[in-house]
Amino acid sequence: MAKRRARWLALALPLAASVALAACSSGSSSSSSSSASSSASASSSSSGGLKTGLKVFVIPKNLGNSYFTTADSVNSGGALAALNALGETGTETSGTADTPSSQIPAIQAAISKGANALIISATDPTALCPTLNAAMKRGITVVTYDSDAPTCRSLFINQASSQALGASEVDIMAKDIHDTGQIAIVSASADDTNQNTWIGYMKQELKKYPKMTLVSTVYGNDDTATSTQVTQGLLEQYPNLKGIISPTTVGIAAAAAVLDTPKYRGKVALTGLGTPDEMKKYVADGTAGPFELWDPANLGYLAAYAAVELASGKITNAAGQSFTAGKLGSFTVGADATVLLGPPFVFDSSNINQFNF
Amino acid sequence: MRDRMPWAFRWETALALIVVLIGVIGAAASPDFLTANNMFNLGLSNGEIAIMALPMTLIIISGEIDLSVSSILGMSSCLLGYLWERHWAMPLIFLVIALVGLAAGAVNGLLVTRLGLPSLAVTIGTLTLYAGIADILLGPTTVANFPAAYTNLGVNAVPGTGNAITYSTLIFVVLAVIFGVVLHATPAGRSIFAMGASPEAALYAGIRVKRIKTILFMVSGLVCAFAGVLYTFRLSTAVANNGVGLELDVIAIVLVGGISIFGGKGSVLGTVLGVLAFAGIQNALLLTNFNQEASGVVAGGLLLVSVFLPNTRPLWRGIAARGAAVRGTS
Amino acid sequence: MRATLTSRREHPGRGPGDSAGRSGGAALAERVFRIRETGIIVVLAVFIAVTAGVQHRFLSTSNIQFVLINTTIFALLALGETMVVVSRNVDLSVGSVLGMSAYLSASLFGGHAGLPIPVVFLAGLGIGLGWGIVNGLLVSAGRVPSLVVTLATLYIVRGIDILIVGGGMVTANTLPGAFTDIPKDTVLGIPYLAIAVALAVAVGAYYLRSFRSGRELYAIGSNPGAAVLAGIPVGRRVFTAFAISGALAGVAGVLWAAQYGTVDSTAGTSYELTVITAVVVGGVAIFGGSGSVVGAALGALLLSTINSALYVLGISSFWDQAIAGFLLIFAISIDRVIQVRLTAALRRRSARNA
Repeated sequence: MAKRRARWLALALPLAASVALAACSSGSSSSSSSSASSSASASSSSSGGLKTGLKVFVIPKNLGNSYFTTADSVNSGGALAALNALGETGTETSGTADTPSSQIPAIQAAISKGANALIISATDPTALCPTLNAAMKRGITVVTYDSDAPTCRSLFINQASSQALGASEVDIMAKDIHDTGQIAIVSASADDTNQNTWIGYMKQELKKYPKMTLVSTVYGNDDTATSTQVTQGLLEQYPNLKGIISPTTVGIAAAAAVLDTPKYRGKVALTGLGTPDEMKKYVADGTAGPFELWDPANLGYLAAYAAVELASGKITNAAGQSFTAGKLGSFTVGADATVLLGPPFVFDSSNINQFNF
Repeated sequence: MRDRMPWAFRWETALALIVVLIGVIGAAASPDFLTANNMFNLGLSNGEIAIMALPMTLIIISGEIDLSVSSILGMSSCLLGYLWERHWAMPLIFLVIALVGLAAGAVNGLLVTRLGLPSLAVTIGTLTLYAGIADILLGPTTVANFPAAYTNLGVNAVPGTGNAITYSTLIFVVLAVIFGVVLHATPAGRSIFAMGASPEAALYAGIRVKRIKTILFMVSGLVCAFAGVLYTFRLSTAVANNGVGLELDVIAIVLVGGISIFGGKGSVLGTVLGVLAFAGIQNALLLTNFNQEASGVVAGGLLLVSVFLPNTRPLWRGIAARGAAVRGTS
Repeated sequence: MRATLTSRREHPGRGPGDSAGRSGGAALAERVFRIRETGIIVVLAVFIAVTAGVQHRFLSTSNIQFVLINTTIFALLALGETMVVVSRNVDLSVGSVLGMSAYLSASLFGGHAGLPIPVVFLAGLGIGLGWGIVNGLLVSAGRVPSLVVTLATLYIVRGIDILIVGGGMVTANTLPGAFTDIPKDTVLGIPYLAIAVALAVAVGAYYLRSFRSGRELYAIGSNPGAAVLAGIPVGRRVFTAFAISGALAGVAGVLWAAQYGTVDSTAGTSYELTVITAVVVGGVAIFGGSGSVVGAALGALLLSTINSALYVLGISSFWDQAIAGFLLIFAISIDRVIQVRLTAALRRRSARNA
């Protein structure tokens, strides 16, 4: 009997301890946020009126993704480089799976650590909102980049006008296949905000080319093996397929690997969004034609400046507000509290070897 | 078949010490670790896994295993989204989800007890099957327009607890007490230990092994379906890949808690400590920025330690026996 | 192959009645065993026929090549996994080992221009073998249950892989053309790689059937206690099984890099579930003691075929998992029914011959 009682005690003990600790330190949660705002206001030594010493957390969709590493890191001149230049404390953090439940703990940890601003590439348009709204209520600046969560952030830094991106993808494809033929899209995940927006604009632009038809949109889920199989399925289902557009860096590389045989090279055109490094081989041997991207480092850089400007109170997120983003020049906030980086950049055989990311 | 090891040499004690150690190291490395806010975040990110670990404990002690837990979570999440989109009333949706959870568990239980199939293979099959059903229900769509009244349950603290306890933590504590009482203080609980330790002996002792195992699987199904609802509200999103991969975390937690994979040994206390250890490590890594990419390595290491130490049990037994001999007791 | 019924070869020279009974029982078992493999072939054939009927391009040369290549990696993994499962163990770490091997071996090309391809294969094999040895030691010497060991190594290997890879990846332009052509080269329309893997499976089947150490794996899986008493070096056999499984996962990793060209830290995630499904669908009992590598390879082929069929037919690929799960449950149920009937039939037979 004594053993049993002892066991209950041991069960209760850790639980009681955590509750007690929580109760004891319930005051500290409010104090950590007030210390955050007080440190922000305390160190308002100006660098052009911008605050320094802010704690900024850069939270990409997931760690271990080379696209985000380029966008965020110091070496590539990305977000962290900009933050260093501005005198802020920048940290990159996230989960390792490209899902909200992997990203949310990292966001919460950043808040716990007294973040003044968060720069986030959203894994989902709505799942992060409860956490982000709570952050904004505490006075933390929330800025999204690359992938948006439209209802729970102050600013969205968009790599390119979604309309320009969607339209230009179709225009490049039209040139590749001489305005005629069946095409298909290999996308990422079916609930990706940016993917669906771009695809919407692609369909609109297609109306200009009556002899081109979009026969299918398939989802590779940004997984190499899945993207490969959906591409193979497309090729079998539509033997007259003339072109594939893959607006995702994982999808386009997988599709290129499938098309990289004499049977398909030159017969099925490929374009989309890709990084120069992964596409160098396929552009060189003719599997892929011109494709687009933007400079992820510039995207991160711009996002960092925008976040600091907002956090310093120098701009609001109203349309028409403008600011200077270091070496990139000046930018203006547009509709939907969105800042555009610029037009997409087209990579082709003439310039691809100048880039290393 | 209960463990008769003295307190000092039980795995639960070592684990409790490890939990305390994690707490100390975490607090030393980051001032934000032992705050109410952080406890809250811990509860949020691990609430569903912790809840699912409780019926898993009983299932493993009974000598079986259930790998389909995360898929039942995902399937219930998609069912929630699917029915909500078709404007069903929420209470009715909850009822349907509860029934589906029970049914999913019943399928597992019946395949294992009536057809005599090994639970490892069966639940790998149902893991895939239920994940497939989740896929079919929602396909590529996401449902995210749940009313705030419900999604608040997923992110707000229970009122009056100083912003530290999430609803999922509260549910976990309540369930832990219930499961603990059932396992350690009722005849049914003793039967569970017995059938895990020796299935034949249990059968001949008149224990209704098949019935109890089926009930355990059904309870697991119900609890996981419920966890799916919590998960969906926490993320305010129902999508097909909700919960994918969580089953490994749940099993790892139970194993770290000292429950033997062979069945017949373990305790709910162990699982509770396992939750604290597992969650504590992940959280400490995150807060100290010690490279959360290493969390997998730490989790795997902890898992190995949890099975190695008990394997040195004969050594401890020897020490305990010698101690008893010296004291003149036995 | 049921270890208890290979008696025809083990015990020649018994009395006529005895051997008639035994050989009858063994013949029955052999026949059942063949039925199981034949069963998969029949399902496969029916499936292909139906799909090709709806969409004849399913049987186009290019699609057959796609399916065969997609199968090769899983067939290799299934080969190693069968050896482990037959001995009543399980190896959950194969996906993570494949991922680490894929990245590390492929990245060797980037660092050393002109590296001979066989060296890279050896590197991959070495990495896999290393982890297989770790698994094998923990299971046999440490006497830790394999489910726990390989679950832990699944976490640990993936974690180390993520730490090593960081945000990097291996891109196709660093890989020699000859390497990425490996999955694409064909002879008479059949990919070389498929033939090579089929040979590997045949070698594996021969080993398990005709070498005593191979057959002992079945004995260990059937009844570990009896195996020990029979003088079988259980520890050594199990260790070898895990080492082989790891080595094959390592080679599969190199092939993965050759096939996909771009490798990051997510390669191979969740492959272990697919492999175990393939193995069990292929007739290998999850608690060991029976099954064949040919069956497992056929199971892998069946799953790949179903996968491809869904994509080719344009059926929402969202049915893929549900079908695979259903297949698995169906397969083990059938196996169970066969086992019960077989045991009853054997009992009747031996009672008659007694």
